[in-house]
Amino acid sequence: MNNYALIAIIVVYLAVLFYIAFLAEKKRQSKWVNNPYVYTLSLAVYCSAWTYYGSIGIAANSGINFLPIYLGPVIAAPLWVIVLRKIIRISKQHKISSIADFISLRYGNNRFLGALVTIVCLFGTLPYISLQLKAVSETFAIMSDDSSYVSTAVIDDSTFYVALLLAIFATFFGTQNTDASEKHKGIIASVAFESVLKLVFFLIIGAYITFYLFDGTTDIYEKISVTENFKQLTILGGLEEGFNWFFMISLSFMAIFLLPRQFQVSVLENNREKHLKKAIWLFPLYLLLFNVFVIFIAWAGKLTFGSTQNAEYYTLLLPLENGNSFLATLVFLGGFSAVISMVIVSTLALSTMVSNNLIIPYGFLDKFIKNQPERNSKYIKNIRRISIFTIIISAYFFYVSFSKELSLYSIGLISFVIISQLAPSFFIGLFWNRGFSKAAIIGIIVGFFITVYTLILPFTLQAYTGNDDFTQYGLFGMPALKPYALFGIDFLSAPAHAFFWSMSFNVMSYLVFSLISKGNYRERNYAEMFVDSRNFTSLQDSALVWKGEAYVSDIKNVLVRFLGEKRATRALTIFFTKYKLPQDTQMADARLINFSEKLLTGSIGSASAKILIASVVKEEQISLVEVLKILEESKENIVSNKVLLEKSNELSQLSSKLKDANEELITKDKQKDEFLDTVAHELKTPITGIRAATELLMDEDDDMPKEMKEQFLKNILQDSDRLGRLIHNILDFEKLETGRLNLDKQYLDIHKTIIKAINSVSQIAAKKDVRIINKNVHAFKINYDEDRILQVLTNLLSNAIKFCEPKTGKIIVDYKLGNQFVEISVTDNGKGILEEDHNYIFDKFYQSKYQNTIKPQGSGLGLAITKQIIEKHNGKIWAKKGKKIGATLVFTIPFK
Amino acid sequence: MKKKILIVDDEPNIVMSLEYTFKKQDFEVYIARDGSEALEILKHHIPNVVLLDIMMPNVDGYQTLKHIKNTDRLKDTKVVFLTAKNKASDIEKGLKLGADKYLTKPFSVKKIVSEILELLT
Repeated sequence: MNNYALIAIIVVYLAVLFYIAFLAEKKRQSKWVNNPYVYTLSLAVYCSAWTYYGSIGIAANSGINFLPIYLGPVIAAPLWVIVLRKIIRISKQHKISSIADFISLRYGNNRFLGALVTIVCLFGTLPYISLQLKAVSETFAIMSDDSSYVSTAVIDDSTFYVALLLAIFATFFGTQNTDASEKHKGIIASVAFESVLKLVFFLIIGAYITFYLFDGTTDIYEKISVTENFKQLTILGGLEEGFNWFFMISLSFMAIFLLPRQFQVSVLENNREKHLKKAIWLFPLYLLLFNVFVIFIAWAGKLTFGSTQNAEYYTLLLPLENGNSFLATLVFLGGFSAVISMVIVSTLALSTMVSNNLIIPYGFLDKFIKNQPERNSKYIKNIRRISIFTIIISAYFFYVSFSKELSLYSIGLISFVIISQLAPSFFIGLFWNRGFSKAAIIGIIVGFFITVYTLILPFTLQAYTGNDDFTQYGLFGMPALKPYALFGIDFLSAPAHAFFWSMSFNVMSYLVFSLISKGNYRERNYAEMFVDSRNFTSLQDSALVWKGEAYVSDIKNVLVRFLGEKRATRALTIFFTKYKLPQDTQMADARLINFSEKLLTGSIGSASAKILIASVVKEEQISLVEVLKILEESKENIVSNKVLLEKSNELSQLSSKLKDANEELITKDKQKDEFLDTVAHELKTPITGIRAATELLMDEDDDMPKEMKEQFLKNILQDSDRLGRLIHNILDFEKLETGRLNLDKQYLDIHKTIIKAINSVSQIAAKKDVRIINKNVHAFKINYDEDRILQVLTNLLSNAIKFCEPKTGKIIVDYKLGNQFVEISVTDNGKGILEEDHNYIFDKFYQSKYQNTIKPQGSGLGLAITKQIIEKHNGKIWAKKGKKIGATLVFTIPFK
Repeated sequence: MKKKILIVDDEPNIVMSLEYTFKKQDFEVYIARDGSEALEILKHHIPNVVLLDIMMPNVDGYQTLKHIKNTDRLKDTKVVFLTAKNKASDIEKGLKLGADKYLTKPFSVKKIVSEILELLT
């Protein structure tokens, strides 16, 4: 195909992407842009040219070894719900704009750590971008029939212009906002679109090769299985190969979290946490689809070309060989899509890191403080734009210098191993609050240098010196220091070997230095926030470990420089309202400091934000001793608060008890008053009778008839008896109620006592012609005070007689043996007890509303006393419920 | 014309003394053993005075008094409380409800007679 035609296709295709990105930016809120599918497809930025072309190269040369790179992410996907969600949450809360920001914030906004992470990412990503450029360049060459592509001069090299085009695209959509934590919806939409294209085109070519050029998978298999070396392509070789696989899977597992472009799409561009739920199954499915045809394309290519062609480009070469240049163009566009998305997202992520974590905190801050807000924002954008261009151009030169000799696959792995150096400080730091910045820095540096030594140095040296002495004999000729077989471990592939050693030292350094260093208060605070992200807000707001002095006006000035007057004022108003502070607050507290840092983080990165805010805050260094003291105090506070709480609970319990007691006293007082009132009334009644009758009898002028005189005398006698009885009962009752009565218990026959009681009332019964039947004639001996039980029985019998009708009255006394008590009952056929009276009949002086109109001769204390006596015997007394005729009163006396 | 008195009390011995006394004073005496009986009697008779106990079963003295005060027919009937309740608060309550006199138990028969006679002149 003609060079220019190809370039025209590229330009048209870029224009389409441009248009999609433009549309998405314009309709930012549309659900076409904000849905889990776009999110998942944007994650597929993972599948770069390395996947698109490189996998086939590996499949052709070393069998299924291309798989671990996809198995890692597949294994990681289910964990996203826990790990990635946590990361997303923290990043959103803190307006994190890159992985460098994330890590540096975890270790207390450590500026150096942020810069270090940026550098590691640069080293890890530059070769990766150059790999993409290499793929573009080489596929371009395959597609073009003009061999002028390999130009010695940069100016003639089409790859250079492709790189420039990419840089423009990334610049345009990547730097619309100063706040890098804002979403880049245009870029994400175009990435999602590209992800669809690259998969579809790859599947089309896979199907074309497998089913059109060959007769399906079995056909290819049968043909390839007869070639030599086939066995070693399809089987896993022994334990060593197992280790290789293990390390490769671990490597890609980490990469899916740590690669700047993955962090960008999965964390920073995440709209809603719930999109993760779809992504955890859809993304692995995407990877699976991408790998379905890989092995067959590789075999098909091998069958067709033998070893004469670069296996990585079988997808292009096979259709071209068969004269299908249309399909080849589609494949080329698919690969180009994979390249563009990777390059753009990576440079976007890197440029943010470079500007926020490297350039701004190390040099431009002073300038910013003096500048006007509009100019600051312009500056920041320009820094990013220049960064994007610089990165892409650097990648181009890296490609020109190194990548031409290396396969796509090996470059990709170098990137992975470098990036994986962030893993310990990233992953362990998320779940272990003891990890400190010093340890993170040392771990990353140690790991990085080991990677350089074991992976980068060998091929760089070889590229420059042209010999492999270093690889062959090791540093200074020491075999233990051979870069591919450090300390004698020679069975691993170079990347696995580098990964193994760098990671071991990295993790070890991280753990050891974390344990021996203590970190400052800031680190501890942030460590706590990250590890315990659910308490994030409260921890963030806690003014626990901050000591310093700052004026709100100073802080506002800083904010204005980056946010503008309007946004800064609004932010402060919101802050003061949220924490219920007066709008004219003068002195800033720790919460405002944190809040302001967070506001600035999006624009200039967390480390710079910290430095900027610190510049207006007279922050006093808090010594560790002080921190410990503060912590100790707060602990004491918590403890003493707890004690206080317990005390106050105790107090409130006590006071409620007191209240109850008081109420009881009042009630008792009232009851006592009522009791005395009633007693007085009851005593006065017979006295009144006696007094009136006596007065009448004494009147000598009166000639009272004799029978009248006798009647009055009888009345006096009756009233006197009543009075005596009453006084006796009152004293008795008082004695019982105050507990001063001592029972004189004896072991006696209850039956005999019942007979005695019946005998004592027989006269009154006979007078009224009421029959008393003693039903149970068996003797039973129990322990009781006979006089008192006699009193009870007499009382119950008298009551029964009183309420019975003359002549027809019938009273039955019975007793039964219960499990542990004797149950004695007195039943009459009188007028019975009303249901509503059942609860009151044992109250002193209670008289039913429906009693006889003629007041019965009683003290009103009979049943009350009876109850007391029974209770004194530990028994119970009650009136049987639900009786139609008469009443039955039952009491029990326990025996044991 | 004979003066009429209604004695309302649930203590028969006390009633007996009062009945004897007022008959001697040439009163026509009606007797009720509680408020409800009293109200029944008051339907047919208009006594000059009602001698009323307070603590009685069913309808008590207070309720009986209220009923008398609300009955236009009985507007000339005097009501005298005769009760064992002798606390200042009780007396105040009784008079407030409209009793013409408040006498306490135990009582002197002569005193009661003179009080009633005084009230009726």
